Amino acid sequence: MSKKIVVPFGPQHPVLPEPLHLDLVVEDEKVKEAIPGVGYIHRGLETLVQKREYPEYVYIAERICGICSFIHGMTYCQGVETMMNVEVPERAEFLRVIWSEYSRMHSHLLWLGLFADSMGFENLFMDAWRLREHVLDDMEATTGGRVIQGSAKVGGVRRDISSEKLDEMVTGLEGIRGELKDMMDVFLLDSSVKSRLRNIGMLSPEDAYELGAVGPTLRGSSVASDVRMNGYAAYDRLHFEPVVEDGCDCYARCAVRAKELFSSIDLIKEAAQKIPDGPIEVKVTGKPEGEYFSRAEQPRGEVIHYVKGNGTKKLARHRVRTPTMANIPPLVKMLEGCEFADVPVITLTIDPCIGCLER
Amino acid sequence: MAYLKKSPWLLHYDASSCNGCDIEVLACLTPLYDVERFGIINTGNPKHADVFVITGGINELNRKVVKNIYEQIPDPKVVVAVGICACSGGVFRECYNMAGGVDQVIPVDVYVPGCAARPESIIDGIVKALGILEEKREEMKEKEKQHGN
Repeated sequence: MSKKIVVPFGPQHPVLPEPLHLDLVVEDEKVKEAIPGVGYIHRGLETLVQKREYPEYVYIAERICGICSFIHGMTYCQGVETMMNVEVPERAEFLRVIWSEYSRMHSHLLWLGLFADSMGFENLFMDAWRLREHVLDDMEATTGGRVIQGSAKVGGVRRDISSEKLDEMVTGLEGIRGELKDMMDVFLLDSSVKSRLRNIGMLSPEDAYELGAVGPTLRGSSVASDVRMNGYAAYDRLHFEPVVEDGCDCYARCAVRAKELFSSIDLIKEAAQKIPDGPIEVKVTGKPEGEYFSRAEQPRGEVIHYVKGNGTKKLARHRVRTPTMANIPPLVKMLEGCEFADVPVITLTIDPCIGCLER
Repeated sequence: MAYLKKSPWLLHYDASSCNGCDIEVLACLTPLYDVERFGIINTGNPKHADVFVITGGINELNRKVVKNIYEQIPDPKVVVAVGICACSGGVFRECYNMAGGVDQVIPVDVYVPGCAARPESIIDGIVKALGILEEKREEMKEKEKQHGN
């Protein structure tokens, strides 16, 4: 007779750099139920909006998470700008797209590395992170920060990229495209990797939709949904197609992220060609009043920043719904009935970003 | 320090960091910075670790976890606080759930400032910590001699 026991996973676990706690109810090596426990890195930064003035709060918004920091800052700025009816210059919108796609590339390469590490594939981990350094170099050269850029601003962006530098960046990205392809062949064609990923952590399209999955978790279950299709920033002036896979398993989610890397390179290339000349910011004065839901597509999925102003320099409310929060219920569903040894791999396929989740 | 007397293994724990410093700690281990060539490995087991690298400030739920991990690491051990949040709480100092820097809970040997701390400064901090580790080991030996063991 088998007996149910509870195995704690985390908060300190070698696979995750961050503390996520899962109580796994295990029976004979099979996981019957997973109960997530969160709150290990809750700081409560949403309340700081009442202590900082709204243009100054951008640096707190950027520090919600160190991986998708630029997109958080940008989404917050978008919210405040729409609330105050500020028209952002076109060049600033294109620069936002370029930095967003750079953030996506760095985040996906980081995730692919950690994912390889969770399968015990150390060499592939090092390879992914080696290529990531190239992306970070470009980011540092254009903004000054490696992981926290600090280049978003209410009314535009803080820094400009010269056209020579843009050409150099595109040439650099074309240069690493070949190396990326070689690495993706290992992720997508290698039989040992496939055997760890195929038909593991199944999430049917209906479940994904009903449980509210977002980002690659949703697109890996053959639902074509991407906030970039709505055309925020300059996405409506660029050619964009969401990457969709229909495997519904860990392999499909890995393939979505792998293919998005190439779509990001294409977007950066197109944005660099189409970027117009002009100013990069407008002066924003006045006190915001009203409310707005601002949405953007992060590497992990859709992020919502809700901002509410009350006619003073300080906002009344700031609420963030991060993609990891939306992906926790699908994760619990995926973990039900899986093998105990697959838990780290499945947990990583939603790309948990606990910094975002708990703020 | 002309050479390392042993391969120092480090344990990394994220106490309410925003991930910025975490990924920089990991970046130290990967090909560009590559501290593994000095025998430094990121381990998951506190009982194997010599250096406790901690990022982010302390919040109420984390207090007991940090203390628990610290107590499991065998002596001699050093604690490196990476990032301004771990040093003092940083921009989140005023948040309702933050107790402040890591030194609120456990003694810290080396402070590495920066937001996010750059890999160069993290490596610098760990090298400094290794010197302190050596001193602590000497002290322990002295004590053992005095007690006749």
